[in-house]
Amino acid sequence: MSLQFVVDGLLAGSMIGLGAIGVTLTYSILRFSNFAHGDFMAWGAYATLAVVGAIGAMFGKIAPIAPLSFGWPLIVALIIGMAATGLLALALDMVLFARLRAKGQAIIVVMASFGASMALRSLLEFIFSSRPTYFSRAIQIARPIGFGIRITPDQIALLLLTAVLVLGVHLLMTRTQTGRSMQALSQNAALARIVGIDVAKVVRVTWIIGGALACVAGVMIGILIQIRPFMGFEMLLPMFAAAILGGIGSVPGAVLGGLIIGLAEAGAVQLIGAEWRAAVSFIILMAVLFVRPIGLFGVRER
Amino acid sequence: MSQTVLDVRDLEAGYEPGVPIVRGASITVDHGEIVVVLGPNGAGKSSLIKAIAGLVPITGGTVLLDGRDITASPAHTMVRLGLAFVPQTENIFPLMSVEDNLRVACGILRPRETPARIEEMYAAFPDLARQRRTAAGNLSGGQRQMLAVARALIVHPKVLVLDEPSAGLSPKFVSMVFEMLAGIRKSGVTILLVEQNAKAALAIGDRAYVLVEGKERHQGVAAELWTDPVVAELYLGQRRLDLGQGSAA
Repeated sequence: MSLQFVVDGLLAGSMIGLGAIGVTLTYSILRFSNFAHGDFMAWGAYATLAVVGAIGAMFGKIAPIAPLSFGWPLIVALIIGMAATGLLALALDMVLFARLRAKGQAIIVVMASFGASMALRSLLEFIFSSRPTYFSRAIQIARPIGFGIRITPDQIALLLLTAVLVLGVHLLMTRTQTGRSMQALSQNAALARIVGIDVAKVVRVTWIIGGALACVAGVMIGILIQIRPFMGFEMLLPMFAAAILGGIGSVPGAVLGGLIIGLAEAGAVQLIGAEWRAAVSFIILMAVLFVRPIGLFGVRER
Repeated sequence: MSQTVLDVRDLEAGYEPGVPIVRGASITVDHGEIVVVLGPNGAGKSSLIKAIAGLVPITGGTVLLDGRDITASPAHTMVRLGLAFVPQTENIFPLMSVEDNLRVACGILRPRETPARIEEMYAAFPDLARQRRTAAGNLSGGQRQMLAVARALIVHPKVLVLDEPSAGLSPKFVSMVFEMLAGIRKSGVTILLVEQNAKAALAIGDRAYVLVEGKERHQGVAAELWTDPVVAELYLGQRRLDLGQGSAA
C-alpha cells in the first residue's frame, strides 16, 4: 500500500487534535461535554472567510504568498477569526452555560450544548446558505517527497502551524501561572478557590483558548477541503474520541489522540474503503472505553 | 499588648437558608497566638472556620481581619486579604508536582519574588525539598499535610486557619504535625485551628473555645481547659478517658 495515508492522516489528525484540545479542556475544567464545540470550528471558518472577503473588498485582489494558495489577508483574517470564535465561546458561556452550571446539574448543560450546536449551525445556514464554499479555488500541485508520498505547500504550512500551536498551548499549560491555575481547577475546584484562583477568570481563558483553536481547525478544513455549516458537527465524534483516547484533561493526549484517529481513518479509507471512515473513531472510542477508560495520558483520581 | 488579628462576632452561617449550622459564634484570635476550637461532633466547628474562609454562606454577624470587614468576601480573595485556609481533606492538587502545588498558590506574590519564597518553604520543610518533582498525590499523609501548610504559608498570611490537621494521620504523623504548628507559631504566624484531637491541640494552643451547637459555650487558657470540669461536661464527658489514651501526646 502507498504511504500517502500518512500525510492525509496527519492532516486530519491535526484538525481533530486542535478541536480535541478545546473539548478536553472544557470537559476537565467545566465538567461537561460541549457538543457545540464542532460548531465553533464552522463559525471560525465562516468568520475568517468573512474577514478575508472584507479585506478583499477594501484592498482589492492580493496575490498569494508563493508557493501557498493564500496571501496575508487569510493570515490576518485567521487571527481576527480566532479572537471572534473565542469571544463567541465566551458569549455562549455567559448567556447559556454559566447560568445552567449554577444550577448544578451537568446533564442539563450537556443537553443545552446540543441545542446550542443546532442553533449555531442553523444560523450559519441562514446567513451563508448550506452550499459549500472555499477560501481559494486555485488548485495546488502536490510535490513528491519520497516514499511515494506527495504533499502540497499548504499542507506543510498547516502541519507546521499545528505543531507551533500545540507546543504553545502545552507551554501555557505547564509553564505559566494561568496554565497551572487551569490544572488546579480541573483537579480540585474548591481548593483552587482557597489558594486564591479566580475561577471565573480561568473559565474565561479556557473558552477563549478552546474557541481560538477550534477556529484554526475550521480554517484548516476550509483550506484543505471546503467550508460548510455542517463541517464542525461532523468532527464531533472524532474529537471526542481523540480527547478520551488521550485522557481527559491532557493537552498532549488530545493531540496524540487526534493524530492516531486521523491516521487510523486515513488507513481505513485506503484499506477497506471511504465509507468506513466514520466508523473508525467509533470503534477506537469503544475500544478505549472498554480497555483503558482513563485514556493514554489519563491518571486515576486518587 | 496583644493585638486582635481575627475578630468573629455573632457569626451565623449554613449551607441552606433557614438552617444555620453556626449560630451566633464569637471568637477572637490575637497576634502570635494559637487558638483552638474544640467541640463534639456536629457542633459546627468546621462550618465555622469554613464560613470565616468564605466557603460557607454567612447569614449574620461579621468577620474582621486586622479590623477590616471580610465578611462577604469571596473565597478566592481571602489569601490576598491575609487569611490562608488549609482544608481537612483534599488539600493538595494530587496530579501536580510538589513545586507546582506551591507555585500555583503564589498568584498574589510578585513573580520575581516567587522562586525565593518557594526556596524559603523548602528550607522550612526539607522533606518537601527532597520531593519537589514528585506528584503531590504520591506523598505520605504527613507530607501532604506539610505541603498543604507550606502552600498556605507561602503568601505571608496574617492568620493561618486549619481544619483538623491531624485527621486521618497515624500517631507518628499526628505528633509531627503538631510540632510543625508549634514551630510555625514561633516564627510569628497567628494560627486558628479546629481539632478533634483535643489533648494534642491544647498542648500547643494558647487559648481555646468549646463550640456546642454552633455557638461558643466556654473559653479559656488552653493548658487549663484540659482539666476544666465545665469542658468535661460540655464536650469531653466520659470520652475524656478514651481521648487521653487514644491520642498521641
